[in-house]
Amino acid sequence: MSGGCGRNPPPFPDNEDQEAELDTQVLDSDDDDDEGEDIFTGARLEEEESGDQFELNIAVTNPEKIGDGMNAYMSYKVSTQTTLPMFLNKTFSVRRRFSDFLGLYEKISAKHSLLGCIIPPPPQKSVVGMTKVKVGKEDSSSAEFVEKRRAALERYLQRVVAHPSLLQDPDVREFLERDELPRAVNTQALSGPGLLKMINRASDAVNKMTIKMNESDNWFESKLQEVENEEQLLRRLHAAVDSLVNHRKELCSNTVVFSKSVAMLGSVEENSALSRALSQLAEVEDKMEQLHQQQAFSDFFILAELLADYVRLLGAVRCCFEQRMKVWQRLQEAQSTLQKKREAEAKLLWANKPEKLQQAKDDINEWESKVSQYERDFERVTCTVRKEMLRFEKEKARDFKQHIVKYLESLLHTQHRLVKCWEAFLPEAKAIA
Amino acid sequence: MTSISEDSDKEKVRSVSVDLNNDASLVIDIPDALCERDKVKFTVHTKTTLSSFQKPEFSVPRQHEEFIWLHDTIVETEEYAGLIIPPAPPKPDFEGPREKMHKLGEGESSMTKEEYAKMKQELEAEYLAVFKKTVQVHEVFLQRFSSHPIFRKDRNFQIFLEYDQDLSVRRKNAKEMFGGFFKNMVKSADEVLISGVKEVDEFFEQEKTFLLDYSSKIKDATAKAEKMTRSHKNVADDYNHISGALNSTAADNNTAFKKTISVCVLQKLEDRVASDQELKLTELLRYYTRDIQAAKDLLYRRARALADNENSNKALDKARLKGKDIAQAEENQKQCLQKFDKLSESGKKELTSFKARRVVAFRKNLIEMTELEIKHAKVRRLKSNNTLYGSKLSIFLLCQKSLGY
Repeated sequence: MSGGCGRNPPPFPDNEDQEAELDTQVLDSDDDDDEGEDIFTGARLEEEESGDQFELNIAVTNPEKIGDGMNAYMSYKVSTQTTLPMFLNKTFSVRRRFSDFLGLYEKISAKHSLLGCIIPPPPQKSVVGMTKVKVGKEDSSSAEFVEKRRAALERYLQRVVAHPSLLQDPDVREFLERDELPRAVNTQALSGPGLLKMINRASDAVNKMTIKMNESDNWFESKLQEVENEEQLLRRLHAAVDSLVNHRKELCSNTVVFSKSVAMLGSVEENSALSRALSQLAEVEDKMEQLHQQQAFSDFFILAELLADYVRLLGAVRCCFEQRMKVWQRLQEAQSTLQKKREAEAKLLWANKPEKLQQAKDDINEWESKVSQYERDFERVTCTVRKEMLRFEKEKARDFKQHIVKYLESLLHTQHRLVKCWEAFLPEAKAIA
Repeated sequence: MTSISEDSDKEKVRSVSVDLNNDASLVIDIPDALCERDKVKFTVHTKTTLSSFQKPEFSVPRQHEEFIWLHDTIVETEEYAGLIIPPAPPKPDFEGPREKMHKLGEGESSMTKEEYAKMKQELEAEYLAVFKKTVQVHEVFLQRFSSHPIFRKDRNFQIFLEYDQDLSVRRKNAKEMFGGFFKNMVKSADEVLISGVKEVDEFFEQEKTFLLDYSSKIKDATAKAEKMTRSHKNVADDYNHISGALNSTAADNNTAFKKTISVCVLQKLEDRVASDQELKLTELLRYYTRDIQAAKDLLYRRARALADNENSNKALDKARLKGKDIAQAEENQKQCLQKFDKLSESGKKELTSFKARRVVAFRKNLIEMTELEIKHAKVRRLKSNNTLYGSKLSIFLLCQKSLGY
């Protein structure tokens, strides 16, 4: 499943002139006789801006189990295809294991999060899933787990390289190019619950802040609120889609069972035409089951995983906002320290202690420069966060649009096959006499 | 309190049996029904040209227990032992939707107004569907009687249709219930009898084998169909939740979400319709499971008569040997033989017409179900196409090409 980093070309040829024509009617969600809704309007503005097309495709493939027993692990092939000059070759691949990806996250996070970048979170660790694989259970659920993880790792890398500053990071390049990577340690903190704890700690820190930030404009406050609301919504959606996936799997197994039962009934039926029709019906139901199975697969990989990814991404966005607040807090503290130093100096002047005055003046200078440093930092972080937010929203809109189109296509495909199945059955039903 | 009125849709609902209202001399239907808490009151409407009735057209209110009374009375009528007695309609069961309604009420605080309203609407539709179904099943029950040359003349049946007072059907007291249970137990012992008795008639031998086998298979198919239909409904409900969650978002500027809403509404409709078709099939299977049981009951009555016949022959031989009570034994034997012959003759007729009826009903139902599936799927496919590619025909054609359809 190779692909660009969210900048795939639109699914049909010469889309550009058609986009200009499409109307921008707002969709009424209660009316399913909708006319004229289009998917491209939202993205049109974004498409216009993207002049910087660059070529970098990443794929994560070929999972292989290395070793045996509890020390076994899965190794994945990471292939890169690029025209960028900073890489040694145009196509190359390396093998990486899951902890390598976590290690990459740790390195990136340590460097870039302080600057206010939104760092894509890595896929979650799963003790249960991994243990099954290690123990060597060759069943469909462990195969599903491996595929789920492979796809998640691929999406993770694609998001990392979609970020212009992260792409420039030497650690990222090393990850993609270098044959052997030193084993990443201390990745426990980055397992699912660990990461969650980190994010929650950030929220707590913000809540404990005694001095409220005085925003020059409401942009940051309202954005953060938006992000929190959206996270809630996506969580709910994810739960609903999860339930959908499970129910559809249930439907699959019930359909198969029903199909067999109908076949049995057909074999007992004494009227030969009806008997034939019943066994045909059993076959139709069998085909239905396959369709349901495929649809469940789409439901999961297209919708559920997308939603899960974005719940975690929005968490990362919140971290980014909170990072800015930390920088602001540091500035506040420096300013208050500076104030104290000035007061100290004033006291000394008044108390007429010239020998300590020089120290006080030095202190003031030190803190004045710190304050101006922190002011610059804060401005820079503010600017970065704003940019990051805009970029993130662009990517998100594009991502959702792509996935929804894909999902619609899968539904369409299923419906098409469904029609064909039933059309084939109809003459059999009519032939009963 | 919910009620239904004459619906053109009802014609489509009647797919389980063939048209039973062919004969204009006695036409029965249930045009209206009221649901009060636990009880359903059916309005039984009769139109007739027969002189045995007091008026040419009349209606009476009836409850489910009164239908059961009619069924039991007919079953206990010795004369009808050689006929397939139409199976009693099942008790109206609103437990499913009622429970869901209860759960919905409990969870009201955790969802938005729109979501709650939508779910309530869905539940009410479900309730209505159960309601329509029970009316249909009771209606078909009566129509089986009215279209049968012998049953339509039954005095109790006429009382049921005409008597405008309450039939005062008291609930079966403990003794009667226990008596019924005992009767059933004896009957199962008699089922061993059916298989054990030496059958002389080839027709009945074949029927026995076929019915016993078919009965278990159709019971199984019905249960599996019910499970499958429930799963499909669950899937439809999930799409409902998804679109509900999306609807509740205040961020109306997100067009991607809006697309998803329309998709989910579409999909929910798809799954809902699919489960409705499956429901038809399930209904057919359920009905014929009961009907097969009624046919089996006929066989067992005949087997009983055969056993009685043989016993009476043995008794006659014994009496002749002993030289006493011969006349009585002869009379007894004659009666048993008569009864057995009558049962066999009418039984054969009934079972033959039952076969034909079953095949026709399956054919009708399967064709209807398939045609509806195709029609709805094509509509959905067209709508999906439009949603996906906008209303511009050029894009639509482009996509048809690219997807190879």
